[in-house]
Amino acid sequence: MTTDEIRDTVLRMLGEIAPEADLGEIEPDVDFREQLDLDSMDFLNFVIAVDEELGIGIPESDYPRVATLESFVAYLAERMGAPGVEAG
Amino acid sequence: MAEFVMPALGADMSAGTLLGWRKRPGDTVARGDIIADVHTDKADVEVEVFTSGVVEKLLVGPGEKVPVGTPLAVILEDGKAAPVLPPSVAVEAAHILASPSAKALAAELGVDLASVRGSGPKGRIQRRDVEQAAKAAGPPPAPPAPAPRPAPAPVEPEGAEAAMRRAIAAAMARSKREIPHFYLSETIDLSRTMGWLAQENLARPVQDRLLHGVLLLKAVALGLREVPELNATWQGEEVVPSDAIHLGVAIFLRGGGLVAPALHDADGQTLNELMRSFRDLVSRARAGRLRSSEMTDPTITVTSLGERGTESVSPIIFPPQVAIIGFGRLVERPWVSEGQILPCPLVTATLAADHRVTDGHRAAAFLTAVSRLLQEPEGL
Repeated sequence: MTTDEIRDTVLRMLGEIAPEADLGEIEPDVDFREQLDLDSMDFLNFVIAVDEELGIGIPESDYPRVATLESFVAYLAERMGAPGVEAG
Repeated sequence: MAEFVMPALGADMSAGTLLGWRKRPGDTVARGDIIADVHTDKADVEVEVFTSGVVEKLLVGPGEKVPVGTPLAVILEDGKAAPVLPPSVAVEAAHILASPSAKALAAELGVDLASVRGSGPKGRIQRRDVEQAAKAAGPPPAPPAPAPRPAPAPVEPEGAEAAMRRAIAAAMARSKREIPHFYLSETIDLSRTMGWLAQENLARPVQDRLLHGVLLLKAVALGLREVPELNATWQGEEVVPSDAIHLGVAIFLRGGGLVAPALHDADGQTLNELMRSFRDLVSRARAGRLRSSEMTDPTITVTSLGERGTESVSPIIFPPQVAIIGFGRLVERPWVSEGQILPCPLVTATLAADHRVTDGHRAAAFLTAVSRLLQEPEGL
């Protein structure tokens, strides 16, 4: 899965968590929980969806690393070994 | 024979709109079965029936708004044979995935949701889908010819958000007008609790992780066992204690407003059970699929700002309950513990209680119990 495909997948899953949200308006470098008004239950449901669909379990200690859309996509790409992604 | 009436699903609910029937004449129903979907100003609710028998007659059709107490159906309690479904009565036998505002609009416009194709995730019907369906269908069909009943009130053309705001305003104004609130607060050190939770979640699959909010709920439920007079309702001119502890959980809704449905028998649930119940309740609240008993049964309410928001919240009691407890955002602050100043995760719990029912001494005992229980997470 490429980085773009990961981003599309993440956006689709976010759309299922927050169906009223305009996903096209998400600023990639700003906390998406704040932007989409996601509470801790929403975020847990999102993390569960990522685990079930992509097979990536995100430990709570990594939550600070996945606060924005871009950092979330980069984190998943790194964990999935997506082409063209440098670990960091 | 029993009449199934439009239930009062909140302190200030005066009317509801029938969205659809789940049962048809001739169907057998048991106490607790969902028989209909009803739209109120605060939520779409799956209404349960509180008698067992056979549905004889449906008296109100989908889209009709009627006052609380209006007979909606007739149920033969002895289970005698009932007439078959009249073809003019629309029945929504299966639940349809639709946003609350889409359901409300469909009820207003007389659009049968079963005929609408949803454009949202998993085929969820959105408001725009209903608008398109209404345009395509032209004028709404004539309503069915039900049995005699009180004339339905017109469906008000206001948005769902405005209606919910009005319902909340009515309930909260009544609360502040009638209930002599008093407030007590306690700041609780959650160092041990959060450490325990982190270790617990580390060992659990993602699907089984616990939120710290569940620990708050369980501590409140167990605290009520120690100070049961806060677990009650005010009816007429007297307090009526509740044997069961049904926690109302304040849940914010997308698009504005909140509901506070019940987590039934919260004190008797394990943390795993409570987490599953809590997750299910939040999911159904936001999907407009709450049940009538969940709207009517809370015996106290818990509201939590979670990881965001302000450090404390001074909530208003939901009538006819006599208490509500609010937890502020979890914050890290300097805290003196065993003679040392340490950075600690803290939460401020604020209890609002009804002075007609209890006093500061007992309310303080309850908050102290909640604090102690929260700091002993292994016992929750």
